[in-house]
Amino acid sequence: MAYIVLQITWKASPAIQEYGAGFLTGRTWDPNTSEFGILPEIWGTLYSSLLALFIGSFFGIAVAVFLSEGYLGNFVFNVLKLFGLQFHKFWGKLPSWSESTLKNLVELLAAIPSVVYGLWGIFVVMPLLREPCNWLHENMGWFPIFGTRYQGPGMLTASFVLAIMILPTISAISRDALVAVPPKLREASYGLGATRWETILSVVLPTASGGIFGGIVLAFGRALGETMALAMLVGNMNTIEISIFSPANTLAALLANNFSEAGSDEMKVGVLMYAGVVLMAITLVVNIFGALILQRATAGLKGMR
Amino acid sequence: MQITPSNLGSYVALAAMLVATVGCNGGSKPTASGEGGGSSSGELVKLQGSGASFPALLYASWFKTYSDEHKNVQVDYQSVGSGAGVSAVIDGTVDFGASDAAMTEEEMAKVERGVQLLPMTAGAIVIAYNLEGVSELKLSREAYAGIFLKEITKWNDPKIASTNEGVELPDADINVIVRSDSSGTTFNFTQHMAAISEKFKSDVGVNKAPNWPVGTKSKGNEGVTTSLKQTPGSIGYVEFGFADKAKLSMASLENKSGKFIKPSIESAQAALAAVEFPPSLIAFLPDPEGDESWPIVTYTWIIAYKTYDDSAKVEAFKDLIKYCLTTGQESSEPLGYIPLPEAVTSKVTAALDNISAK
Repeated sequence: MAYIVLQITWKASPAIQEYGAGFLTGRTWDPNTSEFGILPEIWGTLYSSLLALFIGSFFGIAVAVFLSEGYLGNFVFNVLKLFGLQFHKFWGKLPSWSESTLKNLVELLAAIPSVVYGLWGIFVVMPLLREPCNWLHENMGWFPIFGTRYQGPGMLTASFVLAIMILPTISAISRDALVAVPPKLREASYGLGATRWETILSVVLPTASGGIFGGIVLAFGRALGETMALAMLVGNMNTIEISIFSPANTLAALLANNFSEAGSDEMKVGVLMYAGVVLMAITLVVNIFGALILQRATAGLKGMR
Repeated sequence: MQITPSNLGSYVALAAMLVATVGCNGGSKPTASGEGGGSSSGELVKLQGSGASFPALLYASWFKTYSDEHKNVQVDYQSVGSGAGVSAVIDGTVDFGASDAAMTEEEMAKVERGVQLLPMTAGAIVIAYNLEGVSELKLSREAYAGIFLKEITKWNDPKIASTNEGVELPDADINVIVRSDSSGTTFNFTQHMAAISEKFKSDVGVNKAPNWPVGTKSKGNEGVTTSLKQTPGSIGYVEFGFADKAKLSMASLENKSGKFIKPSIESAQAALAAVEFPPSLIAFLPDPEGDESWPIVTYTWIIAYKTYDDSAKVEAFKDLIKYCLTTGQESSEPLGYIPLPEAVTSKVTAALDNISAK
């Protein structure tokens, strides 16, 4: 690990000396005039990851709650009832194997190659998002995040697909954290007269929050570094826009698009390595930050376990 | 979205894109057919090439047919873009490269083994668009230069409308799609644009990977074709064969004589008729003359080394090229490329003598 970091930094060193901190604030990427700046990419990387995290966490945690709190049993019970098959409702919670099978199915999402997600984004997500997004732009265009027309490739398409990609990480870890919440806590909460949702929202989720947060941080790490799907979906345009419909660029996509041509040119490889170092640094900061918050969150809950 | 014959083309293009994106797969596939069959020698010769996506459709067809007929030769071609093809030749990671921007003197000087450029086919670059209800579009030089300079941003701009009377142009944004990779198609396109617009020359310039003022970026001719197909209101430049196969609408462009020309093999052939090749076999036509000429045409080259370590490889390579220059040329037209005239193929065949084993 240290060797990799060292090697990349070594390769990046000529570019670091040449461009210095201006590299981080420049907005142009033009190999022909040797002008390199990655501010739009830094912005795009963080923005798309946060947006993906926002969508992904919501659904990921929902999936985890569904799989761990016995809603699956209810769901099956209701579906069977629709077909006229009525069982006694002692079946509130299905045997654990059925839930873990579903959990594994969700985790299979992680096994789908990135390029396939990219294709799915192009052929399914883009046509699907076009109509509602244009409606949003026409009717709520005054709101900065809907400020540009939806063209297809762009921040939202990329983030949406990214959200699906990080969903398994969030849901798997969140489910494990939820399952690990001591049954006594739930029983106590029911005993005090709380409803099921009150129990979930004010007892179970806060207790498991440390674990859930850990999952989200891991997912953030993945979202930052995701390459191929983003290179296909984000539009690869060096702009900084608040609008979620506008095309953008990310560090990983920049690397993917430029690396094959950098070839033997030391400076070109250098600037790409420099961009790689920046991406590593961002990921590192995110992870350290996440670990710190995780530590504080779990420390506060120690007494409950 | 369901798969219909009409959009099958984009799926094929996409499959090619997949191959290109996944990158070099140098894994050795054992060939079961090596022993039996009509192969003359048992030794398997592998030729690895990579580069331009512009002729990729044609090369894929040539190399597949050739490998089928010669079981002892296996040719792999990765459509990764001209820039990457040239880099691969310089780095020596392939047996041959391909580029439709040829190679610069500077790039050639970096190859110790020397390079021989072989024009293999020619093609037209078209401006394709996706605009519902508009099947015919005429673009003046001012109009299409303006679109790629971000001066014209609406479909109903007067500069577009003035040459398209009777066509209902929507009041919608033009979504320009350009290439994200270093590309020979881009090189030829910008070369033409610089020839027709001073502003384009000074603002964007002639380049394989210019700093575009406008546009979302897609990888390869395959990627641009797919993006065009998937994005209403978009416009972009691609090789004729890709646009034709994907059934994209193509704009008629104003040529040097001020006539609006429909893209076709004939109009491209008319443009290329006047090319005289120098001994290096490198020639470009930024803005061809002639009333019937399509304005954006280019040759595309295979880049071979002058010396190879392995004589079997040289034999196989020369035989492959000869096949492409003779029988292969017949499949050019159906795929949307321009067959080389006799005068050119004989020059290229003669140039093969410059290639030898150590």
